[in-house]
Amino acid sequence: MLDLIWLLPTFSLLGFLSLVLTAGTLPKRIAAIIGAGSVGLSFAVAVIIAIQFLGSGEEYFVKEVWTWMSVGSLNAGFSFYLDGLSLTMMLVITGIGFLIHLYATGYMDDDPGFSRFFAYMNLFVAAMLMLVLGDNLILLYLGWEGVGLCSYLLIGFWYTNPENGYAARKAFVVTRVGDTSMAIGLFLLFAQLGTLNIQDLMYAAETQWAVGSGLAVAVSLLILGGAVGKSAQLPLQTWLPDAMAGPTPISALIHAATMVTAGVYLVARTHILFELAPTVQLLVAWIGLITLLMAGFTALTQSDIKRILAYSTMSQIGYMFLALGVGAWSASVFHLMTHAFFKALLFLASGTVILSLHHEQNIFKMGGVRKQLPVSFWSFLIGSLALTAFPFTSGYFSKDEILLAALELDGPGLWLWMGGVLGAFFTGLYTFRLFFVVFFGDNKGHEPTQEVGGWNMSWPLFVLMVGALLAGFIGLPLDAVFGGHGEEEHDVSALIHGIMIAAPLLGIGIAYLFYYSKTFSVDKLMASPLAKSLHKFWFSGWGMDALYNWLFVYPFLWLARINKDDLVDKLYAFVVVLSRAAHAMIVKTQTGYLRWYALSVATGLVLILTLGVLL
Amino acid sequence: MESIPIEHGLILAGILFTLGLIGVLTRRNIVFVLMSLEIMLNASGLAFIVASARWGHAEGQVMFLMILTLAAAEVAVGLGLIIQVYRRYQTVDINVLSEMKG
Repeated sequence: MLDLIWLLPTFSLLGFLSLVLTAGTLPKRIAAIIGAGSVGLSFAVAVIIAIQFLGSGEEYFVKEVWTWMSVGSLNAGFSFYLDGLSLTMMLVITGIGFLIHLYATGYMDDDPGFSRFFAYMNLFVAAMLMLVLGDNLILLYLGWEGVGLCSYLLIGFWYTNPENGYAARKAFVVTRVGDTSMAIGLFLLFAQLGTLNIQDLMYAAETQWAVGSGLAVAVSLLILGGAVGKSAQLPLQTWLPDAMAGPTPISALIHAATMVTAGVYLVARTHILFELAPTVQLLVAWIGLITLLMAGFTALTQSDIKRILAYSTMSQIGYMFLALGVGAWSASVFHLMTHAFFKALLFLASGTVILSLHHEQNIFKMGGVRKQLPVSFWSFLIGSLALTAFPFTSGYFSKDEILLAALELDGPGLWLWMGGVLGAFFTGLYTFRLFFVVFFGDNKGHEPTQEVGGWNMSWPLFVLMVGALLAGFIGLPLDAVFGGHGEEEHDVSALIHGIMIAAPLLGIGIAYLFYYSKTFSVDKLMASPLAKSLHKFWFSGWGMDALYNWLFVYPFLWLARINKDDLVDKLYAFVVVLSRAAHAMIVKTQTGYLRWYALSVATGLVLILTLGVLL
Repeated sequence: MESIPIEHGLILAGILFTLGLIGVLTRRNIVFVLMSLEIMLNASGLAFIVASARWGHAEGQVMFLMILTLAAAEVAVGLGLIIQVYRRYQTVDINVLSEMKG
């Protein structure tokens, strides 16, 4: 039964092919059945495989399907590698993917591009499965680029609006920077170690490279470049907020639950390389910490519901990177899993809110909709609680593990922990700011329609609510992957625990005072010029877009402008001018007068003969 | 019998060849151009004859016979062309036939 692992991406790929080849001629109902059903089937197979795999007690399982390419010593095949890590990813992708597909059948119901949407979604799931199941880095890279492509296609799904196309291009180009770095990393790995099979690579690196050796540092830096691009971490984070231009199910599936966590997966998969380069590993932690704090500040100032969630995603992935950086690999993947539940829940619930408020995304134009939209309200409440790590929700367990692991690190561990706790405080603040503003207070003029959607939109929300509440009790089979030893007991004082529980609660409390009871007024706070400029600064995402515009976009445009008629072409244009001039000169000799030709022949002959005689 | 020195024969051939060339270059009437060409051909033929007489070989004379035949064929074709040209352009001025210029 484990042999059937190749079915997983195949179902989605077949779904994609049938939807693409019929080019939207299928009735909507059938397109929905194909689109969601293929992922559902994948999920069913994934569950069966998971049960079998866990039952077998094996550490890993490899299934070679066929050889893709075999050139010299490079041997890349469609072979799938299953262990605790890819098993977790596989279940998250197919399970949450299926719920989101199901939800999307309702959400996209009145969209003319219905079957195109599901074609892209299915292709995405296939590529993502390829990414996490591939046993060599080439197959992983295939999936990596595949999900990037689908992300591009789906951000620009409503392509009639040029801004969406711009956002799609931005996401594509910015992640491409990271992908290039990762590709170079792969080349370097292949050149040095002669294989791209992940397990062989890890073994070879471990035996051949010393800890802290230059090669290990270079390779892990390059791979980290790919990871930060895909996972929207500093310094390649600017694309994620704009990626919210896509339909909301896309934001839930690609830009919250799965694709953006591919970077975390990549680092976890190649964690041996990072263990060989402790400086880079520490860099991962700092990148995570700085990103999570920056994103937290920015989320606090945004007014677009989806952008707030996007920044919160960035911030939560920052936690995952923090965990990777302090060597808490399992905790990172654990947070990845719980985050997939609650963030998908939040995005889908926000989709319901947006849809029933006639595509309004500004939270300050919403308000007071908890009575009209009860399902969204409860989804949001549970999702927000899990996101803020409210005790005994799923987010609590995973974030707790991350912070405790950070604290245990010698040296900068305390700083990382403090930053993480501060981030948790901000998480509480911005999450419940969003929650109170949207669901409480006065109605701001948008009269919500009946909470939209039938069972296919509410049922996924219910499942995700349960997941967001209880996923923290799932034990992931990651010990064999990361060489851990069961549940780690953290020996810390009650004070530390108290602080970690209190920080998000404090944030929630402040959000309550500002946005629910209105004990404090935001307007009064915003009156001072310092607060205004700070708000503006954070609202723009710490001015990163402007900075990159100045650093890269404007110089490029300037170069493009001065090079408008191609400096390099000038050289070749000169050749053209020269040959044209020569042509004009020689053409004069061709008069058409036969006697001239005879004369030239005779003169030439005389000249040659003379030369022959003289020399 | 005093044989004619080879130089005299060759000089005569050279003079004839030059005369023919001048005719080709200066004459505008195609008929005369053709005639001048014949003179040039015969000049080269004369050079062959003289040379073969000097060395006592027969190849020069054979070559002259070939040139003779060739000249006859050439004149036949050339005259045919001239008649066609005259029919089309009502002239035998060679300068009129300068359509193929660059």
